[in-house]
Amino acid sequence: MASERKSIFSRGVGVLTVKNGIILVLLLAAFGIVQILRWLGWIYGPIDDALAWICIYVVLAVSLNLITGFTGQFSLGHAGFMAIGAYTAAIIVGRYQTFPSVLVGLAAGGILAMIVGILIGVPTLRLKGDYLAIATLGMAEIIRVIAMNLTITGGASGLFSNGHMVTWPMLFLVMVITVVVISNFIRSARGRACIAIREDEIAAESMGINSTKYKVMAFAIGAFFGGVGGALYSSYFYVTKPVTFSFMMSVNILVIVVFGGLGSISGSVISAVVISAITQYLISANALNVFGLFSIEFSRVNQIIYALLLVAIMLFRPKGLMGTMEIGDLFKRIGRRKERVQ
Amino acid sequence: MERFLQQIVNGVSLGSIYALIALGYTMVYGIIKLINFAHGDVLMIGAFVSFAVTTFTRLGFIPALLISMVTCMCLGVIIERVAYKPLRNSSRIAVLITAIGVSLLLEYTLMYFVGAQTRSFRQGVLPATIYNIGGVRISVQQIIIILLSLVLMMLLQFIVRKTKQGKAMRAVSFDKEAAQLMGINVDRTISFTFLLGSALAGAAGVMVGIYYNSIDPLMGMMPGLKAFVAAVFGGIGNIPGAMVGGLSIGVIETLVAGYGASLYRDAAVFAILILVLILKPSGLMGKGGGSKV
Amino acid sequence: MAETLLTLENATIVFGGLTAVFRVNMHVDPGELVGLIGPNGAGKTTIFNLITGVYKLTEGSIELHDAEKDRTISLVGRKPYAVTRLGIARTFQNIRLFKEMTVLDNVRIALNGEVRSTLLASLTHLGRYHREERRLVEEAQRLLDVFDLGAKKDELARNLPYGEQRRLEIARAMATRPKLLLLDEPAAGMNPIETSALADTIARIRRDFDLTVLLIEHDMSLVMKICERIYVLDHGALIAEGTPAEVQSNERVIEAYLGDDDDI
Repeated sequence: MASERKSIFSRGVGVLTVKNGIILVLLLAAFGIVQILRWLGWIYGPIDDALAWICIYVVLAVSLNLITGFTGQFSLGHAGFMAIGAYTAAIIVGRYQTFPSVLVGLAAGGILAMIVGILIGVPTLRLKGDYLAIATLGMAEIIRVIAMNLTITGGASGLFSNGHMVTWPMLFLVMVITVVVISNFIRSARGRACIAIREDEIAAESMGINSTKYKVMAFAIGAFFGGVGGALYSSYFYVTKPVTFSFMMSVNILVIVVFGGLGSISGSVISAVVISAITQYLISANALNVFGLFSIEFSRVNQIIYALLLVAIMLFRPKGLMGTMEIGDLFKRIGRRKERVQ
Repeated sequence: MERFLQQIVNGVSLGSIYALIALGYTMVYGIIKLINFAHGDVLMIGAFVSFAVTTFTRLGFIPALLISMVTCMCLGVIIERVAYKPLRNSSRIAVLITAIGVSLLLEYTLMYFVGAQTRSFRQGVLPATIYNIGGVRISVQQIIIILLSLVLMMLLQFIVRKTKQGKAMRAVSFDKEAAQLMGINVDRTISFTFLLGSALAGAAGVMVGIYYNSIDPLMGMMPGLKAFVAAVFGGIGNIPGAMVGGLSIGVIETLVAGYGASLYRDAAVFAILILVLILKPSGLMGKGGGSKV
Repeated sequence: MAETLLTLENATIVFGGLTAVFRVNMHVDPGELVGLIGPNGAGKTTIFNLITGVYKLTEGSIELHDAEKDRTISLVGRKPYAVTRLGIARTFQNIRLFKEMTVLDNVRIALNGEVRSTLLASLTHLGRYHREERRLVEEAQRLLDVFDLGAKKDELARNLPYGEQRRLEIARAMATRPKLLLLDEPAAGMNPIETSALADTIARIRRDFDLTVLLIEHDMSLVMKICERIYVLDHGALIAEGTPAEVQSNERVIEAYLGDDDDI
């Protein structure tokens, strides 16, 4: 039978497949290139920050995509989980200032965010679509207000640490682990249950799937990595302030996810890279001179551009860059087209 | 007791503003199931228009209010036509993100032109008299806010209940397809809903400006979100529910602020939201609907 | 009544002021193929929704008898997934496949009840994950072959022709290993050839899987041909019960159907 023929990518045993091999090589290449550029001295302040933002946004976007893109549960409160992770790590790391404390901070930040995620998820995940969105938004706002008023979180001025406690290799590693773990989950039986719930909750229940359980599961995992993303943020940047974790941060993360494609991990990754690179460029470049005729001051217009892009993307490509497809599917599609031509 | 009554007076005046905003949310949600995030920014535009009118012309409060309402009406209808209508058959999330986009666009475009600083209305737009009734202070501004909200809400009830357009609105929010089959122009009805909601938001914007005596391009966000909470609290899609919800949220917020927890007033509103969603998702006055299999 | 598999007693549901199903008494015995017919809006699908826990009974009881353990389980207040796990599977009147997923995945999802690997295995793909996934694929493939869908396993469910979508829905329901299968108008929109093939399929799975079937259907020729016993519902209440021949000659049934213009 023709359909029995395996594609070259899925050959191999267990984890040791050709596809995973290719992915590993690409990852090492990406990491290596950055390292080489660093030795060459081409990577300095702003670019370093941009790289950090890319890793942090990948972690945040992929984890939100699990909740919103794959499980279909619309969350507008990812900044809340990020805040929990950020403050937890900042408090722990600020006290001990050692590398192991960073690891503890990352784990504790993730776990605490997950616990809050479960507490908020169990009652609210019964609600449909928009209600959940608004409940998660409310949760994030509550977290922010609390952070603004507690002494341990430093109030409105926030917490400061002295220096980058995580560096590029660590950021990269945590990002890769996040992506791998979440894509593993999605391709497992549990992940399929989540996707089934997104497709048709009643039908999924009729197939014996406890939709509440899987929704909470996806929400908890997403919250965990949201917290990890926050912990990365506070350990890399010196300052942890409530204003960072406002509604706008939740929107930023959601926009990355939607722009990449709800239900596409590679879409989220690509989108996080593109959007954080552009944003960082707009922040660092002060003005763009258009053919020497006039110059645009970015600091004054970048929010307007952002808003216009948002509306334009939704109007012209509401499914995002990738839709629900992954990079791998694209290759398969090209392969199939070639087959047909032959 | 006096202190309590004072908080109630303050709460009712704040709450009637929330109620006006909540009406816009609830009508739009009822008809196209969209959380119109830009609604708060329509309010902000309304505040700025009335600020401009009272500052740069000799016109008084009432003309400024009317000009704001008309401007916001047009703005609301344009937003619906340009940004939401093309997405009528798209996913909910796409429309919601568009709404957030429109919201940011309004905020930052205005900020580009007028800057981020806050402004206050010129003195004497409204008399600053404060009455003292048995120890409870109530200002002319508060009285005007409450009375004006009442009048506008009654007017809205009349339009929705008695006029042809209002009946069409109710029909479309009940069943869009059936309404279409009955010969109702759905597109026009949706535009009309935005028109009404935005007019109320315009009025509310003027009131928010007066109430806090400060306006800035980001002023619409918080009242917008809280009014949405009010709409959910009262039962979203339900017009009397939005009024009751708005008043309740206003009163609760001022009570929390008045009894020492002022820093947590915003958190309290959202905590109420989450509680309502958990205990009675259909809201105080909403009816629960099962999904059809 | 040890023989009964499913028993409905005085099953009643009221929506708002409308009584959709009123004091329905029904029973389905192990191995039977029972038909549930009635004019449009009679409340047939509502009864399925009551059995499967989508709707909650206002009054009455629904019980499932587990012959292996000889115990009777009340279905009232159970969520749909819990009812499915007790051995009741269903299809939907308006096909509810996971349209954006492949044919294979549609069936694999229904096999989820058999997943034993841990959450950690799902996250890391270590442990028995790969072995279990392979088993799920084989099992799904086997079921698809039974329904002649094996060759289409990689297609998206939405790309299947109508008749095959209906078959896939039955295959998916069978993957939950039901004792009782509820079919909601499986022949709707089928031509006579497809309908007759469907009748064969139903007969075959009843035999091969030791299955009991409760069937809602509008195609009277199909119902009369394959059902052993028939319940007739009108305006939410049972008006007749009996063999196809008995039901066909029942005056109230004829009246109910003649009074309803839509169904002629």
